[in-house]
Order: sequence, then structure tokens, then C-alpha cells
Amino acid sequence: MSRFLRRPEAGAILSLLAVLALFTLGGADLGNLLGAASWVNFAANLGIVAIPVGLLMIAGEMDISIGAMIPAGSMAVAVISGHYGLSIWLGMAGALGIGVALGLVNGILTVRTSVPSLIITLGTLVAMQGLILTGAKVLTGTASVELQSPDWARQVFGQLIGGSHQVIILWWIGLAAVFWFLLHQSRFGNWIYAMGGDKVSARNAGIPVQGLTIGLFVLSATSASFVGMCQAILFNSAQVSGGMGYIFNAIVAVVVGGVLLTGGFGSVLGIVFGTLTFAVVAQGIYFTQIDRNWSNLINGAMLLVAVAMNEAFRKRAMAPLRRK
Amino acid sequence: MSTTPPVLELRNIDKSFGPIDVLHSISLKVQAGEVLCLLGDNGAGKSTLIKTLAGVHQPTSGQILMDGEETRFTGPRDASARGIATVHQFGGTFPLMSIGRSFFVGVEPTKGWGPFKRFDRKRANEIAVKAVQDFGITRIDDGDRLVGGLSGGERQSLAIARAVHFGARVLILDEPTAALGVKQAAHVLRIVNEAKRRGLAVVFITHQVMHAMAVGDHFAVLIRGAIAADFRKGERSREEITDLMAGGETMAGLEALSH
Repeated sequence: MSRFLRRPEAGAILSLLAVLALFTLGGADLGNLLGAASWVNFAANLGIVAIPVGLLMIAGEMDISIGAMIPAGSMAVAVISGHYGLSIWLGMAGALGIGVALGLVNGILTVRTSVPSLIITLGTLVAMQGLILTGAKVLTGTASVELQSPDWARQVFGQLIGGSHQVIILWWIGLAAVFWFLLHQSRFGNWIYAMGGDKVSARNAGIPVQGLTIGLFVLSATSASFVGMCQAILFNSAQVSGGMGYIFNAIVAVVVGGVLLTGGFGSVLGIVFGTLTFAVVAQGIYFTQIDRNWSNLINGAMLLVAVAMNEAFRKRAMAPLRRK
Repeated sequence: MSTTPPVLELRNIDKSFGPIDVLHSISLKVQAGEVLCLLGDNGAGKSTLIKTLAGVHQPTSGQILMDGEETRFTGPRDASARGIATVHQFGGTFPLMSIGRSFFVGVEPTKGWGPFKRFDRKRANEIAVKAVQDFGITRIDDGDRLVGGLSGGERQSLAIARAVHFGARVLILDEPTAALGVKQAAHVLRIVNEAKRRGLAVVFITHQVMHAMAVGDHFAVLIRGAIAADFRKGERSREEITDLMAGGETMAGLEALSH
């Protein structure tokens, strides 16, 4: 048991159980809740963004430009393949390409300057929003662009399995497995933890800190534009707005998932459970007698409790260091 | 006393940062299997000297010799590749990593092939635990435990064991006992003796004369960037050394007053 409690995902798993218990008390039928698609769809869209954001946070960085990358991905595929009627392949390449490009900008600015990545990605977030708005207006004249995707693309990226569950759930599971391998099995994972622990020591140990930082920013921006692309294909249209909620939701999911804001600690499994917990609170509340307006309060309280728990954990782990 | 050249030797090293001279004509040498104690108060230039030894700073003038041959370190990685390892006051810098993982940062053992190459956690843990246990720290038996959960002395020992495992020939210990209790400090001093027995050249930086006397073969007292005294074990008593260090302090105080 004490071994379990020392794991980064322990808090998230306990939070999920606590929320399920609370909702059951609030009148939700657990079977109905677990069988519902709404919160799983919500979790999958959020989860694909939350994992690479969490990896960045473990490495000691932050990326909030994902808020603009989701509409950027949607608009890119809709403008190229919808408005101009070009091949969906070009649209998809455009959506993912814009993610790679912004990730490179974020990463290079972060390693070349001493400005915190929170500020850099705040800048690119706002700049990207401006770019999407202007781009949409100049190229299409509207803020909402239609997209008709070929059947195969719909099957792969925008299908509703059983008429309710978005196919992006499978992408989430697959990507979570890839990120799990990356962080917990490959040596890159060790480098990410080391970077979050102490960048200078990591560099002295021969870890390519700059390249890895840039790579992680590319992963987070591209994951966000991928989610946007899937949404455009699913809903047959793209809007210039939306996506801002993902910034805060992703950070809450990651922190509830046990990642330390100061870096160096966390797990993919924890982030997945943090995302599930967040999604159950946000969407599962409709299955209870509890007024849905309470859901943000619960999420906010959960975030504060998680931060306090994570901080307590960090203190305990560092205890001998402070003995003088 | 020995015909083999010292592992590391400094000859007339000066270091200045712009107009500020920090080190004046420092000459030191350390042999394999010997502990050189660098004693000095805060601000005496100890950390600049350590950073020069570890390749972080280039000397303004003077020579650095390794095994009797003149050399330059292009950076900390160059120095560590050539066997100079620095262990800082708190030992390992990754308190939230497991013992096995932090032991192998940057040089992880892997298994499998191609893109499926995996970090070999079991082997990393085994090697790390064995390396520390060989230094007599038998309380560490689980490589999955976090470094931050170890006592200060154990962390120092882990860092020293790591340096030795990766082939360090010169071990620079920066105030390893400063933050430790009496028992933990004794622990670390035993490890220093073990490193010396294994033939490492140890540079032990401290301002605790007792700790220096316990392990040192050779002593140098640093006052305001210059070597104020240089002697071998048994040539000075504890009182004399303390007086030397305190004398430097008093002089520094007087000089500060006269400005």
C-alpha cells in the first residue's frame, strides 16, 4: 500500500474513486454513467493533448499555445480540403504541419532565450489566434468553414463507433501507449525526468537537452492540431474559435494526474487517470441529481487538493536534503 | 616520495574575472590513493578553484597537468570524460528520480532492438545497488526508491559510488560533510577512505578541520585566493590548522576595516 501511494498516479486513481463515490451518492447510476459516451469522448479529446503537455511539464516546461492549435488544426484541414477542395491528404498534412511549425517556434524560442516557456507560449497562443482569424477571413471570408471528408478519412478520424463513441478514443489509447513507452520504457524518458530535475546537470551528463525540449514542444503542438483535425472531420466543419478551454482543462488533468508543476515527477498512467477524473466531473455530473453548476467547483477544489498533495509528496521526497 | 607523476597538478594558476583577481598563483598536486584537503573559509576562492579543476572555468594563466602532461579542459564534460568527477554538497541533483534511474542518467543500459530499445530497469537497479553496497552502504537495497528519500550521507555515498563506477580517477568532494550530522559525516568519511583505498585521487574541500584530519594525507589552506599553508599529515596539529584558518579570517576582517 505505501508503495502504491508513492507512485505518481496514486492521487489520480484515488480522486477518480472519490468522484465516482460522490456521484453515486448524488444519485447517479454507476452502470449508466460508465456506459455513457459523453465523458469518454470528452476525455479522449482532452487526453491526447494532456499527455504531451504533461511530458513537457515533467521536463520543466509549459505549453499553453495548444489552445490555439486545436482550431488551427481544424481550420487548416477545412480550408485546404473543404474551401479549396484539395485532397484530404494535403489538408491533413497542412493541419499536422502547422503543429510541427508552431512546436518548432515554441521550442527554439524556449531554448534560445531565457524567457519562461509559459510566457513564450502565451505569446504564440495569442499570435496564432490572430493568424487563424485573419487567415480565415482573408482566405474564405467566413469564421466557419465546411468540410466534406472522404469515407475512409471519416472511418479513421471521425467515426462514431456504435453511433456514440468517437473513434478518437482508440487514437487516445494508442497514443497513450506510445507515450507510455517513450516516458517509462525508453531512455528518452529518463532524459525527460533528468531535465525536469536539473537542466544543467542533465546537460553535463550528456543529454541533448535543447533537441529534446524542441521535440517535446513539437509533440504537444502537433497533438493539439491532430485533435482539431479529427474534430473538423467528425463535425464536417471548423470554427475559428474554441480550444481555449483545453488549456486549463489539460493543466488540471495533468496536475490531478500527479505531475509536479516544478517538473521531474509524473507518469503517463497518472495523466490518463487525471483526464478521466476531470472528464467524469465535467460530464458525469449530468447523471446525478447534483446541479451541474457545481462541476467547476469540484474540479477547482480537486486541483487545489491535488497541488497540495503533490507538494506534500515533493517535501517528503526532499526531506533529508533540508536537514542541516 | 613517489616517482609516478601526480594524477592532477596545478602550477601557478591565476584566475581573474575581469578586473577581479580570485586565485593567485595556486600550485597543488594530488596523487592516486591520496586525499588532498582544501581548507578555507567562505569566499576564500574554494569554489572558483573547484570549478577550475572541473573544467567549468579556464585559468587566466598557469598550467594544469594530468599524469604529468600539460592539458586544458574545454568544459565540464571534457573534464569528466577524462576522469574528473565533482560531487556537490547535497550529492545527486535528481531527488525525484529513482536510485537506478539517476545512477545511469545519460548512459542508460538498454535491452531490445531498434525503436523498441528499452531502459533496462532491473539491470540498472542491480548495478546501482551493488555499487553503493560495495562502499558499505548496505541499507540501500531497492533501486526503485527515490534518491530524495535517502539520508544526506547516503546520497553523498551514492554520488561517490556513481563517480567511481564510471571510472573517475579524481574525485572532487565539495563540502560533502557540511550539511550532515556527526554520524552521517562519519559515514561519508568512511566512503572517502574507501575511495582512497581503491586508488582514487581525492580532493576534499571542507572548513571542518576535524573532518579533514580524519582522512587527509595532504593539506592546503586557502586564504583570499592564495595558498597560505601547504603541509602533509602530521606536520601540523589541529590547533595550528584552526589558528591558520582563523588567522586568515582575522586578517581579512582587519583589512576590510581599514578600507
